[in-house]
Amino acid sequence: MTGFHTAADLRHACELKAAHPDATLIAGGTDVMVGLNFGHTSPAALLDVSRVPELREWSREDDTIVLGAGVPYTRIVDELGGALPGLARAARTIGSAQIRNRATVGGNLGTASPAGDALPPLLAARASIELASLRGTRRVPARDFFLGPGRSVLADDEIVAAVRIPVAAGAEQFAKLGPRNAMVIAVASVAVTLDPPRRRVGCAVGSAAPTPVVAGDAETFAGAELDWDGRRELPASVTARFAELAAAATAPIDDVRGTAGYRRHAVAVLARRTLTWAWQEYRRS
Amino acid sequence: MTVAPARPVAVRDGVGDSARRPDAVAKVRGEFAFSSDLGHDRMVWGATVRSPHAHARVLGVDASAALALPGVHLVLTAGDVPGVNRYGLERRDQPVLAEDLVRYIGEAVAVVAADDPELARRAAALVRVDYAELPALTDPELALSGGGPVLHEDGNLVRHLRIRRGAMPAAADIVVVTGEYEVGMQDQAFLGPESCLAVPDADDGVDLYCSTQWLHVDQDQLADCLGLPAEKVRLTLSGVGGAFGGREDLSVQAHACLLALRLGRPVKMSYGREESFVGHVHRHPARMRYEHGATRDGRLLYVKADILLDGGAYASTSAAVTGNAGCFAAGPYEVPAVEIDCRSVYTNNPPAGAMRGFGAVQVCFGHESQMDRLAAALGMDPVELRLRNAVDTGSVMATGQRVEGPAPVAELLRRVAGKPLPPPPGTDPRLLPGGMSNSTRAEGLLRGVGYGLSVKNICKSAGYDDFGTARVRVLARGGDVLAEVHTAAAEVGQGLVTVQAQIARTELGVERVTILPADTAVGDAGTSSASRQTWISGGAVRAACAAVRARLLERAAEVLGEGAEALRLESGQAVSELSGRAVPLVELLVTEIEETAVFRHRDTQPLDPETGQGDAHVAYAFAAHRAVVDVDPELGSVRVVEIACAQDVGKAINPAAVEGQMHGGIAQGLGLALMEEVKVRDGRILNPSFTDYLIPTTMDMPPTVLDILELPRADSPYGLTGVGEPPLLSAPAAVAAAIRDAVGAALDRIPVTPEAVAAAAVGR
Ligand SMILES: Cc1cc2nc3c(=O)[nH]c(=O)nc-3n(C[C@H](O)[C@H](O)[C@H](O)COP(=O)(O)OP(=O)(O)OC[C@H]3O[C@@H](n4cnc5c(N)ncnc54)[C@H](O)[C@@H]3O)c2cc1C
Repeated sequence: MTGFHTAADLRHACELKAAHPDATLIAGGTDVMVGLNFGHTSPAALLDVSRVPELREWSREDDTIVLGAGVPYTRIVDELGGALPGLARAARTIGSAQIRNRATVGGNLGTASPAGDALPPLLAARASIELASLRGTRRVPARDFFLGPGRSVLADDEIVAAVRIPVAAGAEQFAKLGPRNAMVIAVASVAVTLDPPRRRVGCAVGSAAPTPVVAGDAETFAGAELDWDGRRELPASVTARFAELAAAATAPIDDVRGTAGYRRHAVAVLARRTLTWAWQEYRRS
Repeated sequence: MTVAPARPVAVRDGVGDSARRPDAVAKVRGEFAFSSDLGHDRMVWGATVRSPHAHARVLGVDASAALALPGVHLVLTAGDVPGVNRYGLERRDQPVLAEDLVRYIGEAVAVVAADDPELARRAAALVRVDYAELPALTDPELALSGGGPVLHEDGNLVRHLRIRRGAMPAAADIVVVTGEYEVGMQDQAFLGPESCLAVPDADDGVDLYCSTQWLHVDQDQLADCLGLPAEKVRLTLSGVGGAFGGREDLSVQAHACLLALRLGRPVKMSYGREESFVGHVHRHPARMRYEHGATRDGRLLYVKADILLDGGAYASTSAAVTGNAGCFAAGPYEVPAVEIDCRSVYTNNPPAGAMRGFGAVQVCFGHESQMDRLAAALGMDPVELRLRNAVDTGSVMATGQRVEGPAPVAELLRRVAGKPLPPPPGTDPRLLPGGMSNSTRAEGLLRGVGYGLSVKNICKSAGYDDFGTARVRVLARGGDVLAEVHTAAAEVGQGLVTVQAQIARTELGVERVTILPADTAVGDAGTSSASRQTWISGGAVRAACAAVRARLLERAAEVLGEGAEALRLESGQAVSELSGRAVPLVELLVTEIEETAVFRHRDTQPLDPETGQGDAHVAYAFAAHRAVVDVDPELGSVRVVEIACAQDVGKAINPAAVEGQMHGGIAQGLGLALMEEVKVRDGRILNPSFTDYLIPTTMDMPPTVLDILELPRADSPYGLTGVGEPPLLSAPAAVAAAIRDAVGAALDRIPVTPEAVAAAAVGR
């Protein structure tokens, strides 16, 4: 490694990134440092964005939360549980208290792991990612952000500045599965959002394909089948079909954490449960 | 001389008190210096070049690229080992640096010294080793059947223990259950990775500061490897970050000494976590076939067991582990007839060796799973079946040895079974299966209760000359009496230094006790394993204190003009029970007193090679566990709700430390039951980090209910028995039994994965 650059503000960060396109950004460092310590990555240089004020804040613009890429999960849990219940739920499942104090959504997006727990809620909620560079700012739908494991549309000179997430219009849920009761990488995860005004359901799945994926057929099916006005109880046939469609959206693999078959099964179970919980919440609201 | 009336005050923090650990605050604050924190002004760093192949011929080593890096000092290979290039605890079968053959992935081939650790690692990566790959033998069944390559001169069988006792009953009206069980490879997962500092002296000798469980056995092997007399290889124990058996074998020690002696400079070595996974032995993976026969009213008639342990590439302690697994294969039960075959084999998998429980853990999962299966076949309560067959004092074990001393097996089980059950699950998802993952609102939740009973030997067995040495010095300093205790016994986190000081306080009536650093300047203490160190080194400290006390009392007798028989030591004075007069010890210590004592437990015998019969063990320790679990049957997630453990400790020298051992043992047992497994494919460890080798978190560890019995033994100091291993032994079996009880299906392998639970629950 030849350098360590510290960005003072977003503009400076973009300048540094443009000047050192091969530098690795470091925010909370909870992925970067693991990679360094294990010798899995040997970046040419590090570009520290953890002190960039623009990245450390969130704001509300009408019905959108503009979440700075560097806001740690602890603050998402503490400050955004009301506006973004799905993301906050996911944030609660991430790592340990120490990790949540440092780790950020920007880092989760940067790592672009299919197991990133903050990602399915962003997909389900149809968030968009704001990418900044000296060339300007562009917005990419979260659903189009990922290209493969560890790969995204982020260019060499770009920085994730913020994530724009619609304020929850209804109930939102997130559940994951792992072989331990805390501090565990998801074997599968599911995020579900209900948007009653638009009669729309969001559903995304983690850890069951090369990237986090949207379960589009499940969304369309549930959007049409749910009794938005009557708020009647969910028929078992609907949850079962929803679960089936969510599982069908995945392309899991066998690895040291679980087999493909079990992952698919888990996605179905979690999809059924999260939809049921969200619907119950909607019926009570 | 001051002769005064006695002031009877009991010494504080003596035997039986929960004296505080001297290192407690420093450890909690992160200020305690572990061996990885050692440093020296002139030191360089060592790194290890390891084999990427499970089995290969080493054709050549080319270190030129590594040596060309500025700051790289030295690369050593097998030819540079000045002494015998072999080490090992039972048989010296493992090269310090591989010669013409490597037998597992991670085997050390060369060592490098460089100015900083990063450079040393980079240099190690640049050392080019040419290999010719050989077919790897990674299936222990194949190794046993004689298929595949022969890995060591004497063949692939490390040991076969055959135990035969009683006649198998004729097949009339017997209830028979059979089962096949498997235990995965568990890692000790100590938090302080292997590390040491070797400092050469001007005289061709070396001082080694390291983490180990047994200084003298390290010294012995190192002296031979280095071609030096023992007195030139001096070891001092440094801060040990846990051990659990994983520090019985050498790791960094020989490599650091080799580099230091060649360079004439201090050398530090410290593994990262990933290297640590190949840097120490693991618990033997086990495959076990069982058959139990019983009468209709639930009396065991016979047990047949066939146990295969994968010893990996080198012997380490495989033979002794095989002995233990065989001896305890039938569990703490009276069984008139046994037919036990326990074998360990060499393979090209990572070497297996000592880990807390030492063979008894694996078979406990086997015999306890069988007891549950038998109870089901008999339609009998599993607790009742165990009570009916539990050994007691005077019972005869599978090896024909009569149980002497307390054996409250039935009582321990009654105690855990009698504890009130925890309340039904609540609604806080964090306390449900999945915990923080938010995966259930108790949909279809199932609760289960399971039991485990266990037995294991304490101290070394089968004729081993097992002893400990202690030197105790009493002196007056600044108007106060000070006792110094010096042993080579390894404090590995278990609290031995606390206990040694407590014993000295009680025996000498002195408050101020200093435990000197453990090193090889004093006699052998034996190993900090086999739950033996409080018994053996504690016994040695007590004996040395007794010798010191005798001399103090002689001096007091002279001063008081009374016979020494009526005198005792108490709160810094020698007191006469006859006259009530006392003399302060300070005044008796114009010259200091020092005594060294060696303590031995009673002799044991080797097992008969044909029948496996013999009085091989000094003592048996017992524990009972009850686990209560909630299971999410669809996802297979498990939440352990509570674990109760009852254990007989003879005498709790330090009750808080006993509880600590019980908490830790339960946690480690829970880990083995649910998640801890070193996954190996084709000889390669797939999960060598805490990312994927999972150990329980605070969200996995349930509240515990502990019940400590103190039934004194006649043959040990204060009546104590070892406490370190029993609280682990039957914890995995109890957790697995509770899950089976919840889902109503068989689970024959630990760790029980969520996937296996979900599959079992579907098949129910
Ligand atoms: C013990 C432990 C437990 C964990 N548990 C979980 C878990 O339960 N769930 C989970 O999802 N993850 C988990 N993680 C992984 C990690 O915490 C998350 O991925 C986290 O979101 C990373 O955030 P960070 O700020 O620390 O990222 P960093 O490590 O700083 O960076 C990660 C990557 O993102 C890039 N990056 C950072 N900021 C930006 C930016 N603004 N724009 C573009 N790229 C950027 C970096 O260059 C790097 O490639 C765990 C990690 C550890 C060590």
